[in-house]
Amino acid sequence: MNLRSFAIALSAAVALPLSAANAADLEVTHWWTSGGEAAAVAELAKAFDATGNHWVDGAIAGSGGTARPIMISRITGGDPMGATQFNHGRQAEELVQSGLMRDLTDVATRENWKDIIKPASLLDSCTIDGKIYCAPVNIHSWQWLWLSNAAFKKAGVEVPKNWDEFVAAAPALEKAGIVPLAVGGQPWQAAGAFDVLMVAIAGKDTFQKVFGDKDEEVAAGPEIAKVFKAADDARRMSKGTNVQDWNQATNMVITGKAGGQIMGDWAQGEFALAGQKAGTDYTCLPGLGVNEIISTGGDAFYFPLLKDEEKSKAQEALASTLLDPKTQVAFNLKKGSLPVRGDVDLAAANDCMKKGLDILAKGNVIQGTDQLLSADSQKQKEDLFSEFFANPSITPEDAQKRFAEIIAAAE
Amino acid sequence: MSDIVAFNSVAEEAAPKAQVDRVVAGPRGRKPRRALSSRNIVIYGTLIVVALYYLLPLYVMVMTSLKGMPEIRLGNIFAPPLEITFEPWVKAWASACTGLNCDGLSRGFWNSVRITVPSTIVSIAIASVNGYALANWRFKGAELFFTILIVGAFIPYQVMIYPIVIVLREMGIYGTLTGLIIVHTIFGMPILTLLFRNYFAGLPEELFKAARVDGAGFWTIYFKIMLPMSLPIFVVAMILQVTGIWNDFLFGVVFTRPEYYPMTVQLNNIVNSVQGVKEYNVNMAATILTGAVPLFVYFVSGRLFVRGIAAGAVKG
Amino acid sequence: MAGYSEGSGRPNQWLRNLNAKIASVPMILTAVVIFLGGTIWTVVYSFTNSKLLPRLSFVGLDQYERLWDAPRWLVSVQNLAIYGIFSLIFSLVIGFVLAALMDQKIRFENTFRTIMLYPFALSFIVTGLVWQWLLNPEFGIQSVVRSLGWESFTFDPLYNSDIVIYGILIAALWQGTGLVMCLMLAGLRGIDEDIWKAARVDGIPMWKTYLFVVIPMMRGVFITTLVIIASGIVKVYDLVVAQTSGGPGIASEVPAKYVYDYMFQAQNLGQGFAASTMMLITVAIIIVPWAYLEFGGGRKRV
Repeated sequence: MNLRSFAIALSAAVALPLSAANAADLEVTHWWTSGGEAAAVAELAKAFDATGNHWVDGAIAGSGGTARPIMISRITGGDPMGATQFNHGRQAEELVQSGLMRDLTDVATRENWKDIIKPASLLDSCTIDGKIYCAPVNIHSWQWLWLSNAAFKKAGVEVPKNWDEFVAAAPALEKAGIVPLAVGGQPWQAAGAFDVLMVAIAGKDTFQKVFGDKDEEVAAGPEIAKVFKAADDARRMSKGTNVQDWNQATNMVITGKAGGQIMGDWAQGEFALAGQKAGTDYTCLPGLGVNEIISTGGDAFYFPLLKDEEKSKAQEALASTLLDPKTQVAFNLKKGSLPVRGDVDLAAANDCMKKGLDILAKGNVIQGTDQLLSADSQKQKEDLFSEFFANPSITPEDAQKRFAEIIAAAE
Repeated sequence: MSDIVAFNSVAEEAAPKAQVDRVVAGPRGRKPRRALSSRNIVIYGTLIVVALYYLLPLYVMVMTSLKGMPEIRLGNIFAPPLEITFEPWVKAWASACTGLNCDGLSRGFWNSVRITVPSTIVSIAIASVNGYALANWRFKGAELFFTILIVGAFIPYQVMIYPIVIVLREMGIYGTLTGLIIVHTIFGMPILTLLFRNYFAGLPEELFKAARVDGAGFWTIYFKIMLPMSLPIFVVAMILQVTGIWNDFLFGVVFTRPEYYPMTVQLNNIVNSVQGVKEYNVNMAATILTGAVPLFVYFVSGRLFVRGIAAGAVKG
Repeated sequence: MAGYSEGSGRPNQWLRNLNAKIASVPMILTAVVIFLGGTIWTVVYSFTNSKLLPRLSFVGLDQYERLWDAPRWLVSVQNLAIYGIFSLIFSLVIGFVLAALMDQKIRFENTFRTIMLYPFALSFIVTGLVWQWLLNPEFGIQSVVRSLGWESFTFDPLYNSDIVIYGILIAALWQGTGLVMCLMLAGLRGIDEDIWKAARVDGIPMWKTYLFVVIPMMRGVFITTLVIIASGIVKVYDLVVAQTSGGPGIASEVPAKYVYDYMFQAQNLGQGFAASTMMLITVAIIIVPWAYLEFGGGRKRV
């Protein structure tokens, strides 16, 4: 291996910089391994390979919790990959501060990222001390309720148009042997569902006060108490889900075993893969049909600082490929997410994505909790809500008290 | 095969009522009375029940791996397949996807071999010498180091990731196969050293003393006297190490680069990346395929184990 | 190979020890640099507020206060205690009884031994997956028994918060007892035939011979087994992840998982290190005095 990189370095030194502009293998690590995700990554790889470089895929299954320690060890251990996925926000902050990550400001200025990336908060999350360290690739929003039209038909009720109607329809679904609300066992699903309920029920301002300003009084107050009441409903409705992974829960909606699921827009990739059509087979309600607001979290690629000249060039090529309009369209259609540039044409988008684009255009957006809270607070929240959803003996009041404590301790 | 025939005869022995039906079948004289004693019924009965408990999951795994997905969805996991298909096996080995790489487990097989063989040999060699030194050539402070080592066996691996990344980085071998072999040797050391130490301490001291009187030194005694008597413990150590290293996922993925990723990385990827519906049949086939090498080692070493024990028993 | 140079006659005391010392260098390095060094490193950083990367910014006992306030940590500790006690008892008893049965000059010993040992060849990820399946109420054992006509039969340990830790125990025993049996069998085979003969001549019942003669003679094997089982218990992680991911809710969380999740998912190294320090202290309190008595003291063990 050393010999090989030496050879590459040597050839780079011998060849003129102009002719050596391309052709390097770049290892890219990520944790996108579900069906829709893998198809989306393939689009990125195709576009990158077209630049003459080669995408070496380093997928590690098992979501960010499994993959992240591996990525971080590799970077701190001095054997970094060419590029790696992180949820943008605060996950890579310290790696940047330790000088292990590459500054992309040059590429960003050259390609005018400041003007093309919408909303601007995405690029802000990549910016540390005025320098840009990551390339955002998509916008994922959490605030969606996915409903199985078939399940409601079977139960003999109308497909609900908002959360309250959904709660009202739950007994009919149960009678028909359908789990009203699918919530998988992975802790982040329960925590995410709660955040969604908060935006829908308590509204944008309260959400911002609690997660943005970390206002513990609001967190302990009556507005949030209403949210916990709703979470209590959701808990009752989710009884009997008995699956772990989010896409297995989505699959319950696809097959009509569950009435609905609160899940981010990535669930759409699974519906698409199953050949289902928005509107006829399933219904999507942004903001739970109550408050049409979406959050703008998402994924971004970070580039470790490499010594190898060739690979550094390839990193630049990858960064600009990721934001290329064509790549943006192809990738996001497969992934079910929204593009990070406002100027691309998503004619092929389905009904649900169009709803999302509309809301985005109106500017009804909030920052995602990944951007607002540290991973630590997020984890504590996950612990609380996975316990809350699984254990009916915890009262909403007790849970709210613990929630307020987490917010109070958050940085 | 002869095992199966023999197994049937045991089943008959264990079920005395069956003898009535056997009147036609064989010679009148029954097996020796001893074989039907209540003692044997208890022994074989217990062993057979226990064996069923151990075999049940394997049975389910094999049956599932031979079914198509529609059949699995229908329900009974204990039912044998109506239609046998080897597709899940082919898929698990050659075409299951992780991200963009769709070449199944085959990708990591040789890597696993390349990691397991040297790691097993190095770790056992070092630990057996440690155990020998501790049992027969005690020196001041040895017990202290050994105690630290034993406590080290209780440290969760995950905690040690960062310190070891730092140590390997400083040594300049982070990300290499050598680094990974060292990591496996380190984490195998506590238990293996304990195993060898206790074993060597249990060998008759007279042998060692006689060799000393003859003027044999540290290494001569180790190679000429201790090694030949230690087959069973080497087999146990090998079982421990082959299994542990072959099944390791964390170290394989944290301390190496993708070109050295062991088979378990692919297994994890196959089992954990859900493409719509969980493909239980492919999961099970992948599971059995990954477990095949340690299983093979057990079958082969099982005989060695018995022979080794038999040889060890002569010692008295 | 230096030993060959010692020549005949009484070797020099110092030289003899030198060889043993040279041979023990890897062990000493591992013990001091990795285990001791790593432990001290961990303990030091448990007093800091390190997040993603280790940093020496001390915050006193903050991490420990938070740790013992966290409901999840308390559940984890409790689970480990239950799992540990049962796992230890069952592994030792089942392992020894099976080994004793296998030692009765039975036929097909090879077959039985392989059957009992094979689960050990499978990784925890796999064991967890299979048992998750067998214990799934929708298509596992419960549904099969129900389809046989016993409609009210309920066996869903992995989906019931109160008993989920026992569901994990079932899988753990399935995987681990085979090795214990093998170790015990190796130990039993090391017992001299004459002892059995003597016991028989004296008319001592078999169970008494096992309990009062054989087991005390197998001390070394028991210690080895104990360390293997106990260290496995403390470190239990993969099995839980594969079977339940700590669920339902947080009902099957264990300390090692807390450590891992907080170190890497929550990116709060300080908290993870505090939790692992607590684990280490507990282990050390139990092990160190015993280990020193056992291995130190300079007496020769049999």
